[in-house]
Amino acid sequence: MSLKAVHLIFVNALTALSFGCAIWKFMDYRSENGTSGDLWFSLAAVGVGILVIVYGRYFLKKLKKMSYL
Amino acid sequence: MEIPYAVHPRPDTGIYNAKVGIWLFLASEVMLFGALFSAYVLIRVGTPPGEWPHGWQNVTLGTLNTLVLAVSAITTLMAWVACKVRQFGKFKFFHACTLLLALAFLCIKGFEYYDHLTHYEIHLTAGSNAGGSIADGHFAGAIYVNPLTKEQVETKSFCGMSFATVAGGVTNNYELASVTIDGRYVNNEQQLIDLRSQKEVQETELKIPRSQIKDMQSYGPWHNDYLALYFTMTALHALHILGGSIVIGYLWGPGRKLWKVDPEHFTNRVEVSGLFWHFVDLVWIFLFPVLYLM
Repeated sequence: MSLKAVHLIFVNALTALSFGCAIWKFMDYRSENGTSGDLWFSLAAVGVGILVIVYGRYFLKKLKKMSYL
Repeated sequence: MEIPYAVHPRPDTGIYNAKVGIWLFLASEVMLFGALFSAYVLIRVGTPPGEWPHGWQNVTLGTLNTLVLAVSAITTLMAWVACKVRQFGKFKFFHACTLLLALAFLCIKGFEYYDHLTHYEIHLTAGSNAGGSIADGHFAGAIYVNPLTKEQVETKSFCGMSFATVAGGVTNNYELASVTIDGRYVNNEQQLIDLRSQKEVQETELKIPRSQIKDMQSYGPWHNDYLALYFTMTALHALHILGGSIVIGYLWGPGRKLWKVDPEHFTNRVEVSGLFWHFVDLVWIFLFPVLYLM
């Protein structure tokens, strides 16, 4: 498995973490002690998640010719 | 003597030898961290309900460290790509970025450790204080019966291990008179377990006389199971960051001579170091939610 393949796994894990954080903070915001800071954190995490997806597509396009092995 | 298959793939494996080596090494690393994650799961599910600490970590710093490592993974990949397309200048730039990001990660981690090691939980003698039976906060200073200069007090009562003996009333042969912390009083330990609902904790300067101190302990790995796991797992991870930085620093510095002789071989070395770095980054992606969020 080449660095390209491992980087792809990393990008997927980071995307999952970003959206996971967004859900976690949104639930915090909806709870009794939720603050506007929780909502901003949640929105920022969604933004990072989208950014990582866009980057993932760009990186796959750029390294199209490189092997996964 | 030339080492075989350092550049070209071995016919039976389909990849060059260093890549086989690093994957075997990473497999052993998975077992090492896997054992620690298993320990975490077993200890956590064995903890009685309501006794597992929550909100003890600075999530903002943890998030910042996650972003730092994420960017460092990208710069590592870019360095490898730069080698592949024979742009050595770009390789040097991206690898320097990775090194700086690794340094930033370690500095932030060091700050977190410092914060924990200067944070004390002080149990007070029964009925000695109307504010509560426990004082919790960050160490601000100590006064001893023997007359000492400010510098001596700071040196001898430094927030780390040496200060732990304060509870006995004697630190470095100087008798303790009082301890000052920036914190608050609470009535029982349960109030310190879940800090998620206590977002705006008001901290004040508390001067506690020696006569009121039953025992005191910093938030180091000895404090409880959670902090023992936190320090073990994050310190092991930080050691991997340090090791990876040394390898990357070598390739950026003295190891770059190979580029002039055999660029393909050098590119393979960069890929192998990149595989290790990605593994370390992936470990953090699991560590962050487990230790900071859950």
